[in-house]
Amino acid sequence: MKNLLSLVNGPQTFGQGRTFWSAALLLLVAALFFPLFVSNYTVGNVAFFAVWVFMALGLSLIWGYGGMLSFGQTAFFGMAGYSYGVIAINFGQQSNLTFLSLILALVMAGLLALLIGYFMIYGRITGVFVGIVTLSLTLTLATFVNQTAGPEWRIGRARLNGYNGMTRIPPLSIPWVDGKLYFEGTAFYFLVLALLVVTYLGLRILVNSRFGNVLVAIRENPDRAELLGYDIRRYQLAAFVIGSTLAGLSGALYTAWGQFIAPASMALPAAAMPIIWVAVGGRKDLTATMVGTLLVLWLFQSLIVISQQYALIFIGALLLVTILFTPGGYLVWLMEHWQAYTERRRERAVPLPSGRPVAEGAAE
Amino acid sequence: MTALLQANGLEKRFGGLKAVDGLSLAVEEGELHCLIGPNGAGKSTFFKLILGRYPPTAGTVHFKGEDITKLVAAARVRKGMSVKMQVPGVFPQLPVVQNLTIALQSHFGGSDLPREVERLLAFVDLTRDARKLAGNLSHGQKQWLEIAMAVGVTPTLLLLDEPTAGMSPEETWKTGEMILSLNKGGMTVLVVEHDMAFVRQIAKRVSVLHFGKLFAQGDIDTITNDEAVQEIYLGKGHHAH
Repeated sequence: MKNLLSLVNGPQTFGQGRTFWSAALLLLVAALFFPLFVSNYTVGNVAFFAVWVFMALGLSLIWGYGGMLSFGQTAFFGMAGYSYGVIAINFGQQSNLTFLSLILALVMAGLLALLIGYFMIYGRITGVFVGIVTLSLTLTLATFVNQTAGPEWRIGRARLNGYNGMTRIPPLSIPWVDGKLYFEGTAFYFLVLALLVVTYLGLRILVNSRFGNVLVAIRENPDRAELLGYDIRRYQLAAFVIGSTLAGLSGALYTAWGQFIAPASMALPAAAMPIIWVAVGGRKDLTATMVGTLLVLWLFQSLIVISQQYALIFIGALLLVTILFTPGGYLVWLMEHWQAYTERRRERAVPLPSGRPVAEGAAE
Repeated sequence: MTALLQANGLEKRFGGLKAVDGLSLAVEEGELHCLIGPNGAGKSTFFKLILGRYPPTAGTVHFKGEDITKLVAAARVRKGMSVKMQVPGVFPQLPVVQNLTIALQSHFGGSDLPREVERLLAFVDLTRDARKLAGNLSHGQKQWLEIAMAVGVTPTLLLLDEPTAGMSPEETWKTGEMILSLNKGGMTVLVVEHDMAFVRQIAKRVSVLHFGKLFAQGDIDTITNDEAVQEIYLGKGHHAH
């Protein structure tokens, strides 16, 4: 247990102590029993929110920890979503291969990230140009899929369907005692919850490892990191592929959940969303990113019921206020202040001997 | 005996300008070697050629008897050279102790890592500032932190480009003592420096660069008494009426 904690704790994440992990465990237990107390609609809705968190966590890794502002998370979201659709329509239904379809969809997203990331990072593209390249990628894919409405755009039995989106995609399922267990409603909720716990803990281990140390070093000063002997491009590429594949996980899960995917999920408004979720909560911390994303999504949905225009204006204003007042994200700001406060309290709690400062070396 | 570092006929041209012009220089193992010269003599460019930040127009660099001319900087560092560049390069948003951990983590494992970090912190007098963000250190402290990071990769050859730039005389002296003790511990050190008092404090052997060429070489007294060196370096000719 102690070993496990030393892996998930470290300099790159807030929330190290007993209080944090007790609260996290309590929250997890609450999440496990949550479906008993609320309607099926609410359970499905919460699962829908949670689906997006993988993409946000991936962006936190690439941008917050690695210092590369990727505007193209939706490209990998769409790649995996469409891949899942095509593979599941062709093979998933009959032969119980929907989970294999999910994995292959992630492989497709990962390969696309490897290809784009290789040329971008090994071509020494940095700064704002990373954003331009990745944004171009997602817009190109959206434009391409948009014009695939004709019947000639089919892969096997799967029609891409252009701007109308791909439909009749089978949901995730496994063989079960009486036929099949479909991951819909509550079952889908538990699946997403389990994946979220594994992803969150896995990423915490990753960013607090030696790999994570080098990653933040590259963000802070790439030249210095290189002059310590690190081949920084390999680290950047690894972070880019992992983060983009997580966007793919969001895409594949979203497609399986709604049994539908459309090119709008790769277009400009969709591409801007992950950046807002991650920036508002705090890109440099996984917990802040996760909580921040869920809060913004919930807020957005609550407002969109009233008016779509107002919801978008509100989210824009939220981003503006965050950048002006707490540029690192409001949750990270809160965590930093809480940490400083508890440290001050701890220092005050230690009594100083005889009211004078301890001289150097006097401790022996 | 072959030298630890051997530059042969190094040349670097920027357009029409030859910043380094057929320079050959050897650094022997265990040496504390200072590289001086007036502004624009090609010192920094030479450093970057040694380190692999630029490809040379002509010439070769050998390190430990091996031709490293085509290696990228990170690979050269892994072969056992390390550098502190002129502009302080630390990781500003990370605590001092993490700056050092990042430098040391591929060279020390287990409980050796924190112990070695502690030792280096004490060496550069930053133990009490270990938890500060590196960006909040004073200019001199940043320079020291970077020296500690450069030392932390356990190099055979330490390259220091103006390690005392912007330091107070006291800090400069302290830095000199650090460098001397590193050299005494067996590390070969090559320093580019402007400050002649500092060079006098540390150097055993001095090379003077002028217009990208090796102008003179010898111990510090020979160099400072050399009239031709005084001419170019101290600009004596312009002052004597």
